[in-house]
Amino acid sequence: MSAPSPVEVEPTLTPDEMVLPATPWVTIVWNDPVNLMSYVSYVFQKHFGYSRKKAEKLMMEVHEDGKSAVSSGSREEMERDVQAMHEYGLWATMEKQE
Amino acid sequence: MSGFARHRRSRRVIATFTGFEADLLRSLASQLVELLRNEAAVPREDQDPFEAMMDFSGPETEPEDPVLARLFPTAYREDPEAAAEFRRFTEGGLRDGKAAAAVAIIDGLEEAGLPPELSEDGLMIDVELDEPTAETWMRSFTDLRLALATRLGIEDDDEDYWASLPDDDPRSQAHDIYDWVGYLQETLVGALSR
Repeated sequence: MSAPSPVEVEPTLTPDEMVLPATPWVTIVWNDPVNLMSYVSYVFQKHFGYSRKKAEKLMMEVHEDGKSAVSSGSREEMERDVQAMHEYGLWATMEKQE
Repeated sequence: MSGFARHRRSRRVIATFTGFEADLLRSLASQLVELLRNEAAVPREDQDPFEAMMDFSGPETEPEDPVLARLFPTAYREDPEAAAEFRRFTEGGLRDGKAAAAVAIIDGLEEAGLPPELSEDGLMIDVELDEPTAETWMRSFTDLRLALATRLGIEDDDEDYWASLPDDDPRSQAHDIYDWVGYLQETLVGALSR
């Protein structure tokens, strides 16, 4: 493991000048007729560290609305989430947040 | 058939299978391993044999087999180029992981006493899994269910249709197995959530 390089702080930067990260991406999990509700909720808790309540809310969105945006972040982060969802057998895709 | 439970003191996840059930589970897991390892990850006919050997990158197009297409979905719905790139970097590892998980089920059953050929009657197989192994089984049960469901053509709210099939219809029997693996998974999720 390598040590992190020291972070240089730009002292003259004002909040207005700070640039927000590029358009965030979202990971979307789609409903399928196979995966168990309990399992989907378990996966959301386990992989994303969500509370049972939040995981169940997202699971119900998938179940009732056909899909749910379950996480957001950089493109690289979402690729990792989508890959993890595929490891768990969930049907996941990613797209740019609208 | 009692599914999975969590042992109160050891915290291990336990289940007891009849020899027949354990043998069936092993057979399903073996078929999945074969499927994952068999369909060549997109053969490229235009490639020189040496280049082909040196090419460790993964496939770029969706697998032809519908089970594999479901196990390795297209990540970008509207960007074929990004989807191909994602697949190239992930599908190989996902295949290996899913095959290894199915092998873990086979190994677990055999270590628990399932002989290579089931012959004796009345054999019972007690499995005892630590938490990471139980999670591996749980993930692989998902893959097995997805595979069975894709072959059967399972859809939302189609229970009445399956229940209406005569008992001797082979699809009815396959559906019973699908339901059984679902039951195993439900109890396994329950045991792990406890």
